[in-house]
Amino acid sequence: MRDTPLELTLGPVLFYWSRERYEAFYREAADWPVDTVTLGESVCSRRRDMKLDDWLGLGRELAQAGKRVVLASQTLIESEADLRDLRKLCDNGDFLVEANDQSALQGLIERGLPFVGGAALNLYNRQAIAVLERAGMQAWQAPVEMSREALSTLLEDCRAQGVESPCEVFAHGHLPLAWSSRCFTARRHRRPKDRCGFVCQDYPEGLALRSQEGQEVFTLNGIQTLSGACQDLRHELPAMQAMGVAAARLSPRAAGMAEIVAAYDAARRGEPPAPDPLRLVDASLCDGYWHGGAGMARRTEEASSC
Amino acid sequence: MELVCPAGNLPALKRAVDEGADAVYFGFRNATNARQFAGLNFTDQRARDGIAYAQARGRRVFCAINTYPQPDGWGQWARAVDQAADLGVDALILADMGLLEYAATRHPDLPRHLSVQGSATSHAALRFYHDHFGIKRAVLPRVLSITQVRDLAKQSPVELEVFAFGSLCIMAEGRCYLSSYLTGESPNTRGVCSPAGHVRWEETPDGLESRLGGVLIDRYADDERAGYPTLCKGRFAVDGETYHAIEEPTSLNTLELLPELAELGISAVKIEGRQRSPAYVSKVAGIWRQALDRLAREPARFHPDPAWLAGLGGVAEGTTTTLGAYERRWK
Repeated sequence: MRDTPLELTLGPVLFYWSRERYEAFYREAADWPVDTVTLGESVCSRRRDMKLDDWLGLGRELAQAGKRVVLASQTLIESEADLRDLRKLCDNGDFLVEANDQSALQGLIERGLPFVGGAALNLYNRQAIAVLERAGMQAWQAPVEMSREALSTLLEDCRAQGVESPCEVFAHGHLPLAWSSRCFTARRHRRPKDRCGFVCQDYPEGLALRSQEGQEVFTLNGIQTLSGACQDLRHELPAMQAMGVAAARLSPRAAGMAEIVAAYDAARRGEPPAPDPLRLVDASLCDGYWHGGAGMARRTEEASSC
Repeated sequence: MELVCPAGNLPALKRAVDEGADAVYFGFRNATNARQFAGLNFTDQRARDGIAYAQARGRRVFCAINTYPQPDGWGQWARAVDQAADLGVDALILADMGLLEYAATRHPDLPRHLSVQGSATSHAALRFYHDHFGIKRAVLPRVLSITQVRDLAKQSPVELEVFAFGSLCIMAEGRCYLSSYLTGESPNTRGVCSPAGHVRWEETPDGLESRLGGVLIDRYADDERAGYPTLCKGRFAVDGETYHAIEEPTSLNTLELLPELAELGISAVKIEGRQRSPAYVSKVAGIWRQALDRLAREPARFHPDPAWLAGLGGVAEGTTTTLGAYERRWK
């Protein structure tokens, strides 16, 4: 049990938005009850509406509004150009970096900089966490597929062995499940990736992939594949707090994010969810990973307020 | 270049060695390796026999312990490392950072190879694994183009092994959680992808249907050849169109790239397929042995023999082959 209240982290925007949409979104976010805001393009290096300087500018504004600001690194690093961008990110001089790949780990450790360990680093056990903690890791994210039971065991083991870095759980949003060198959004439009025309910008909440029976299975987001259902662990925040999770991550959506943040803020303060007839998001919900099953499963039944 | 072949069981290991594999790789019969299939993999005694067979013929044996130790299972993974060391394998294939450190500390003289599940796609990432855990070799994920492999190879601090033939993972390996999203079991946690226990086949008026975790992966007309429902190779509906939205059921085949891979200084080519039969391993190992021998004899004039391509095409998944991400336009 941690003494401090559960923090809320706004994850990086995983979709490709227009500059105007990013700016409007973060202007609003400055007033939301989140403790940390993670910025940056973590999915595809071809998305260049926002340059590093633009992110740093947004970061400074959010920092002035009292947010802790973290910059996310790209998860799949493929080229020398990707590595050049990564070096610039590590050298930003202002903000902590979330390492989403071992390339970023290397860049940050070489510079003697502290860092956050992202979910795709696959930190499944205390021994792996300890390796990175000694190298400068200040906080880490649990793998998205980790269950409550496994995480609880892991956190107990960490505490017993003096591995103290705070842990964050992906609590709300479409789960990031895979990265490829192929762009699936461009594939849908029969365009090669090199001439994608930035078509993923037309899908500010991704492109639904359904089974031939119409079931939402995945969400295509350029080279990234997200879950078809939206993870919702709002009702699990007290359990997270009790087992020693430090922060819950909320993944940005184009619509209704203020309401999602407000609902999670109420939940972390122990306020019962308002009987809201409107669903927070227009997608099916899931919480299966947390309960130790298939990620797409939904155990928590609360049709009236989810 | 070294030819590294899969050994899902002792007969496959022997066939691979007989057909000219320079090295074989295997896993133990539990969740510690990325091919946990019923009836597959090695007990301690079978591993001992296999290692003796290969090493007596001057070949090497690698042990894959390349899933991620789960919070309640560290002991099982650590024991697998110790067991492999006791058996006298020539190298460990590892992915988890905790386990890499354990192996480096406990068995410093036993070479460590970074598994493809370690997701290292840049020389910076390789440098990380090299500096922290002293890895000697890394297996590259199947997401890089040949140009990207070239850039990476120029600055790599370690030997490189690349996938040459077999099933094609098109997601960055080690960072794909699609299987557990549908079934609760993934390569990282359980050493499985689209596990058979979650597969259902059903004849319906609309055709033969394959399901994984209850999700319809594909539906086949009478004249279509049905394939195993690996979740990324099904036909799905996106924006009103039904097609292989992620990837077709194809296999990777890089025979024609061999001269280029050799020129880049790639140390080893890897054949995928510990889950395949001894006959498959034998056939593929034999063809690749011939190819590598011809490449060594006449590197400048190398081109794949049509008989090799036909032979490989006959055993490939989906019966078509691709260069995958090695070829930029695939992306």
